[in-house]
Amino acid sequence: MSTTTTPGPVAPVPSAGGAEPRSSSPVGSKHPVASRRIGAIVTHLCVIIGVLLSIFPFYWLIVMSTSTTAEIFGYPPKLTFGSSFGENVRNVVASVDLLQALLNTIIVSGACALLVMFFDSLAAFAFAKFDFPGRTPLFILLIATMLVPGSLSLVPSFILMSELGWVGTLQALIVPGAANAFGIFLLRQMAAGSIPDELVESARIDGAGFFRTYWSVGVPMLRGGLAFLGIFTFITAWNDYVWPLIVLVDPQRQTLQTALQNLNSLYLTDYGMVMAGALISVVPLIGVFIIGSRHFIANIAAGAVKG
Amino acid sequence: MSTATAAPASPSAPEAASARRRRKVRERLPIYLAISPFYLLFAVFGLFPILFSIVLSFTDWDGMGDISFVGLAQYQFLLSDGRFWNAVGNTFIIWFLSTIPMLFFALVIAFLLHQNIRFTKVYRVAFFLPNVTSMVAMAIVFGSVFSDTFGLVNSALTALGLGSIPWLSTSWGIKVTIAIMVIWRFTGYNAIIYLAGLQSIPTDLYDAAKVDGANLRQVFTRVTVPMMRPIILFTVITSTIGGLSLFTEPQVLLGNSGGAGEAGMTIVLYQYNQAFTQFDFGYGSAIAWALFLIAAVFAIINWRLVSGRSDAADRTPRRKEARR
Repeated sequence: MSTTTTPGPVAPVPSAGGAEPRSSSPVGSKHPVASRRIGAIVTHLCVIIGVLLSIFPFYWLIVMSTSTTAEIFGYPPKLTFGSSFGENVRNVVASVDLLQALLNTIIVSGACALLVMFFDSLAAFAFAKFDFPGRTPLFILLIATMLVPGSLSLVPSFILMSELGWVGTLQALIVPGAANAFGIFLLRQMAAGSIPDELVESARIDGAGFFRTYWSVGVPMLRGGLAFLGIFTFITAWNDYVWPLIVLVDPQRQTLQTALQNLNSLYLTDYGMVMAGALISVVPLIGVFIIGSRHFIANIAAGAVKG
Repeated sequence: MSTATAAPASPSAPEAASARRRRKVRERLPIYLAISPFYLLFAVFGLFPILFSIVLSFTDWDGMGDISFVGLAQYQFLLSDGRFWNAVGNTFIIWFLSTIPMLFFALVIAFLLHQNIRFTKVYRVAFFLPNVTSMVAMAIVFGSVFSDTFGLVNSALTALGLGSIPWLSTSWGIKVTIAIMVIWRFTGYNAIIYLAGLQSIPTDLYDAAKVDGANLRQVFTRVTVPMMRPIILFTVITSTIGGLSLFTEPQVLLGNSGGAGEAGMTIVLYQYNQAFTQFDFGYGSAIAWALFLIAAVFAIINWRLVSGRSDAADRTPRRKEARR
């Protein structure tokens, strides 16, 4: 940075900030360390305010789900945790079958995640590493399907499910989502960049067929992408709301989201209980996210920047 | 077909060629098998419903009796349906109220996190958390925070002597509350994307600008903004798609009716309402196609706006590429 030889007026300033010499920037020449520290503190403060706003609803959810309804309605509001969490949870379990809903949600999310990981990586590996007639048009078609909005097909999908006799069943949630264009596209980009052709070629020379090559070369090389896709699919399926709301007509067979909405609309007056139910529906997911957050955030961001 | 080995080595042996072709087919079969699940599922659960919904939108059907074709009557009704246009207006107002602050805050957060401060990883997780949480649960939480009678926001306003605001019973209160939920949920997501964009700008670009004597403002408008433009376009498009298909927030907050005066009725909520509480499948399908048309027009306008501004801002040779 100091090697500049331009005769411009900015050149001789030795400060590291790179700002104009007489600007209001605190990175001046007198106390560079102190002012940089002040700048860092201000930055941290702004970020922390944002973080608090981001986190506060979760904190408030915990406060409400540990309080009695009377405490929630009180003024001034009590901002600390109460002691009624156990009672609220007992009331939830007595009102709706939230445990069954939790189990259903785990089944649906888990099955979707596993199926998507398998089918998407299989297709992605084929698109990335093998040449076959129709490869390009088929891939373009795949990308085009991503542009179709889901709300377009809600009504006919419901009719289709009722023709199949799947209304009210969990496979109505699992099967349509067992493979998706987004995951194939994502993994194809990863496979094209990270799996060397030599590896695929040597597997072929060793006499391995497509599936063997996929299993021994493709899957190990795509492990990071598969982890991301699995977590992403799990979270998306867990939070899905419109489609389960339409297709799960049986009150005995619900997912967490629809069961929670039932709880909310039926027992609106018992806030403590509804909040306890909401907390139960949120906690497992936050666990999954925090465990996988490193993979998750990096891949979300990379997808946007590269795509 | 495109493989180089297809050249006939010995033209006198057509049998060898056909054997080779057979082997090729046997090699390719697993590949087509591997890509087939997606296309099969899409044909059954994607393409067929879409085609079927075109047909449905020309009918009057409640799902039980006979289907009667009514031509364009559903669309004619749609054009004169005040409730539909109210929903369109609400959707756009909420989109506008949420998207602009959301993208602004996201850019600020990304800029701050880009300052190489400590704990960035922890901050990123905290900012991203709202985006992965179930919106049903959080809409219930927001419903109580903004409650007219006992909500935290009104308690705070009362304590400050400002008087409470009927958030959930007035037209603007409802829209602002929904917009705040959208902002809360997606600011962190967009900030993480902007941050990745900032990090992907090569530092030598900044160095070069500095060598050329550019000031901070010039660096921002000539380096940062042009390099970030595709990412900003991406976030505008995703927020548009998300904003136009807004459903969970108003449905959980206000119920199927969309709240007082249908002030929180969005297009998708209205579609749900018509199709699955009134069981008017024909009209529900017509609404879906109207939404699709609106979204398509809107996407084109967005695209034009963002890439059009790029032409005016910097007259670089990239202009032609941006136009595609």
